[in-house]
Amino acid sequence: MNSVYQRRRIINRMVMTLCVAAAAFGILWLLMILGTLMFKGAAALSPDVFLERTKMSGGGLGNAILGSLIMTALATVVGTVIGVAAGTWLAEYGTKSRLASTVRFINDVLLSAPSIIIGLFVYAVMVLPMGHFSGWAGVAALAVIIIPVVIRATEDMLKLVPNTLREAASALGAHRWWVVTKVCYGGARAGIITGILLGCARVSGETAPLLFTSLNSNQWNFFDMDSEMPNLPMTLYQNMTINSFIPRQVELAWAGALILTAAVLALNIIARIISSRRSKG
Amino acid sequence: MKNSATADNRHLLRASSGELKALKRNGMIDRLFERSTLFFALVVLVLLGSIMASLVMSGWPALSTLGLDFFTTDRWAANVEKFGALPAIYGTIVTSVVAVVIAVPVSLGIAIFLTEQCPMVLRRPLGTTVELLAGVPSIIYGMWGVEVLAPFLQSYFPTIFPAGTGLATAGLILAVMIIPFITAITRDVMLTVPSMMRESAYGLGCTTWEVVRSVVFPSVRGGMVGGVILGLGRALGETMAVTFVIGNNLFFSPTLTGQGTSIAALIANQFPEADGLQRSALLALGLMLFVITFIVLAIARYMLNRIERRAP
Repeated sequence: MNSVYQRRRIINRMVMTLCVAAAAFGILWLLMILGTLMFKGAAALSPDVFLERTKMSGGGLGNAILGSLIMTALATVVGTVIGVAAGTWLAEYGTKSRLASTVRFINDVLLSAPSIIIGLFVYAVMVLPMGHFSGWAGVAALAVIIIPVVIRATEDMLKLVPNTLREAASALGAHRWWVVTKVCYGGARAGIITGILLGCARVSGETAPLLFTSLNSNQWNFFDMDSEMPNLPMTLYQNMTINSFIPRQVELAWAGALILTAAVLALNIIARIISSRRSKG
Repeated sequence: MKNSATADNRHLLRASSGELKALKRNGMIDRLFERSTLFFALVVLVLLGSIMASLVMSGWPALSTLGLDFFTTDRWAANVEKFGALPAIYGTIVTSVVAVVIAVPVSLGIAIFLTEQCPMVLRRPLGTTVELLAGVPSIIYGMWGVEVLAPFLQSYFPTIFPAGTGLATAGLILAVMIIPFITAITRDVMLTVPSMMRESAYGLGCTTWEVVRSVVFPSVRGGMVGGVILGLGRALGETMAVTFVIGNNLFFSPTLTGQGTSIAALIANQFPEADGLQRSALLALGLMLFVITFIVLAIARYMLNRIERRAP
């Protein structure tokens, strides 16, 4: 009898130790990555990094940061309009119809489709017919990635709005569109904003879809969306591959990596704060 | 008396022309609102359809000229117009399998630790950290792989990793990348198990491991498998983390640690300079990757949706 207890206890102890070890192992890796990022990135940071444009050797990352901001912002706007509308239809009108479940399923698949495929797709439908790489193509690729994120968030959040609220508004004589735009959006606003921010965070670090759409450039580009658009992820990629023989370019790449990660994490954290405030209030 | 009352009611029921107009206008807005949201929902279907169609159309020249050779030969040489996708397919599968094999036990361990063992105070911060790390851009993992991991492996295990980079290195980086991702999903589905069930098992005298194994795991198996497959889908299609460390070697070497290439890495490396048949072949590769990940993700979603329906 005792030996059974003992065996169970030993097995339990062993497995639980393994779990702690796994947690330590996983966190160790991630700490090492973040540590490298902080160490190498902070060493190369200076005001020039933000103010100067990228050059063959030396220079900064200013134009790349600006280009990334422009493209991400435009993609977020496009993604928000399409995503919120589609999510609204799924939650309010489509609900359990067959069309809605199909759209939902396809959306879930698009949500995790490889981003390089999106790049190829936009290349085939935009860059080839237009004959050149452009900022618009980059925006389109990023928007295709952000749309599913926003749709999912909008639908989930609208579903959380209690039906009694809708019924109360309808009973007072409100029309359906009024109920949705005023009552449901009001209740789901924080959640939808969280979803948009998370989508924005996701696309701001995407490199693969920009490879064949916006390409990269080492000039300043102020809203000339029809030409190649400099952007931060592509600059990191090029600095670490074809330009990696120049030490300063590698340093700049790490500075850019730190900026990029900090921006993505900041967006994530803001999104979390907004959504936790909602669950408290 | 009676007559005057109905007259009053009739007066109340009669809408003024202004009210009628408002009613009509609102009805129109209603229809417009529903139709425009429906239109945007259909955009999703159109997107998927046009991704498929554009890849099939632009990849067709390569598929029709090369035929089955595209999938079965192992020589990818643009200068002689030979395109065999075998090295890339092999690299994609090997790196993803290595990544999943490493990441699954570690992620499960972290998830068990976070849901069953971790002190309450640390649960939320650690859980949030894991979720935040799942959002770190993949290019960061790639850069770290080529700057830190590859030189480390090369100097400490020169017999296994002669170049530092290679399929196994790429698998390792992918594992590190998908660990937070799988952990976050696994933790979420494990938290859907009602605490009543857990407590009953503890009350019967189960150890923590027995509770996890016989109560938690069986009731969330589908969701966990779904999360793992979702991680696999990520690993299959990942470009940036892989490109840096896989070695980008086009020659087929059926080893685990040798340098190779994957579908996504091959596309990323050759597409910018590709033309004609080579471009078409790369697009056909993209189509293949999309079909593979579509199937994998569809399975994952099917399993996760079954769990979600049960969650409160």
